[in-house]
Amino acid sequence: MKVANRGYTSRFRWPRLATLSAMLAPSDTSTFCPIFAMMAAPAINAGDNAWMLVSTALVLLMTGPGLALFYGGLVRRKNVLSMLMQSFTAMALVTVLWVLIGYSLGFAPGNALIGGLHYVGLRGVGALPNPAYAPTIPQTTFMAFEMMFAIITPALITGAFAERMKYSALLLFIGLWSLVVYSPMAHMVWGVGGWLSLGGSMPTLDFAGGTVVHITSGVSALVCALYLGRRIGYPREPMPPHNLVLSLTGACLLWVGWFGFNAGSALNAGGLASAALVATQVAAAAAALIWAALEWWRSGTPSALGAISGAVAGLVAITPAAGYVTPLSALVIGALAGAVCFFMVTVIKSRLGYDDALDAFGVHGIGGTLGALLTGVFATRWINPALGPGAPLGGVDGHWAQILHQLLGVVVAWVWAAVATLGLLWLVDRLIGLRVSREYEIEGLDVNLHGEEGYHFE
Amino acid sequence: MKKIEAVIQPSRLEEVKASLKEAGIEGMTVLEVRGHGRQKGHTEVYRGREYAVDLLPKLKLELVVPDELVEAAVEALILGARTGKIGDGKIFVLPVEDAIRIRNSQRGAAAL
Repeated sequence: MKVANRGYTSRFRWPRLATLSAMLAPSDTSTFCPIFAMMAAPAINAGDNAWMLVSTALVLLMTGPGLALFYGGLVRRKNVLSMLMQSFTAMALVTVLWVLIGYSLGFAPGNALIGGLHYVGLRGVGALPNPAYAPTIPQTTFMAFEMMFAIITPALITGAFAERMKYSALLLFIGLWSLVVYSPMAHMVWGVGGWLSLGGSMPTLDFAGGTVVHITSGVSALVCALYLGRRIGYPREPMPPHNLVLSLTGACLLWVGWFGFNAGSALNAGGLASAALVATQVAAAAAALIWAALEWWRSGTPSALGAISGAVAGLVAITPAAGYVTPLSALVIGALAGAVCFFMVTVIKSRLGYDDALDAFGVHGIGGTLGALLTGVFATRWINPALGPGAPLGGVDGHWAQILHQLLGVVVAWVWAAVATLGLLWLVDRLIGLRVSREYEIEGLDVNLHGEEGYHFE
Repeated sequence: MKKIEAVIQPSRLEEVKASLKEAGIEGMTVLEVRGHGRQKGHTEVYRGREYAVDLLPKLKLELVVPDELVEAAVEALILGARTGKIGDGKIFVLPVEDAIRIRNSQRGAAAL
């Protein structure tokens, strides 16, 4: 996405490694990026910057209150605050890490796997655009926009360890995960020089984060659910959502915020942003209808929870494709995502028996994988000539080999997320333990971990 | 004095209140309760997981009336609460030893 949406970026090469002296130099970009001195001063476009600032706010809105409410409503009443607090914690913790080092590891010049240390502490990240990514907005805006992606990705995982994870373990895990899994994955797919980026020989088309955000978080969620084990009583005891009104409110905020996520990933306020916004809307709608219809057919009633779950599945699946596909392709992608995620969550999960409490894997892992592969089918140069003028993108352009490139991106995201998450869980488990005591889990996390309750009705 | 406890369908409360008023009964306590007799519950499905909900929401009315009003009260409760379907509820009549009005310490039927 991002990098590749601009034709002229693929020929751009960053210096491979910063020298120590450059790293210690005053925060003047030209000191360690001499390329800037040779280029004409990039022009900031106020319209682009306005849209990207709004998009940045919209993507933050997805985590809080969007995802927080969506997840918070799905857990039992005794754990609602712990669930909200996990998303809120990601907002605060990842912001600090992103400023200190996360942005640099994702987007500074580096090698094929990870960014370097040039932007540590946001040194040199200021009002000047970074033409490699977004030539018409300040790099500060680009950095903040990407920060919101870094925030929501680990927050998505929290659905898998709902109702049983220690708060201290959550802090450590999310912090490490953000740096070990998210930043490198963002660099591989979106960073200049990343081995899956559009400048490479096997480019993975990922407009707004199907692999980087949804596969990594979804697969990590599955590993977390397997490592932590089931909640006490699952699946014998009923654990119905305590407040679907909260969940529906949260899902609607996610849907709206997704316009920033996907249309904002055009990184300007041009026609591509409009195309991505429409694709996003269409896919969410199709998936919501399909999920609810399948539910109607199988269990007799179309539920509110089903409709919102479908919408989120459609939004996930269209994420990698949003800036590459036509509205009708988005309709197909959304419909397939609604159907596949429905069967994954309602049929296959219960047969496999793992307790992914809020279906982070079934929706984000599966929806993200499906969307990434379908992007290889439906991406077209008529929407976005991302690989240069006239170069075909996906199967509909006659370039079916793109599906293999997409598959590579999917496999890398799966393996990277699974292996790294397993290692981090093991580490955190050894250091401080992952799971709360049996007593705490039965009595509820709100009272025991946070010393408060979500509801005091008089 | 008798205490009448009636478990009714929540949707019948307004009808029951009206018929009790018609019968000259003033004052009652209403509790939100859950329970079931012969009525079967229903199932709820959340993302494919089915939960049997067998304890259903009901309302419990408690009123204490002088002996001579007991039959009228029971008739009024039946009139207001009956739909003819399983789950309409039950009425229990219990003896009451004494009643005290807290405001002025009146006792017995005068306190009702």
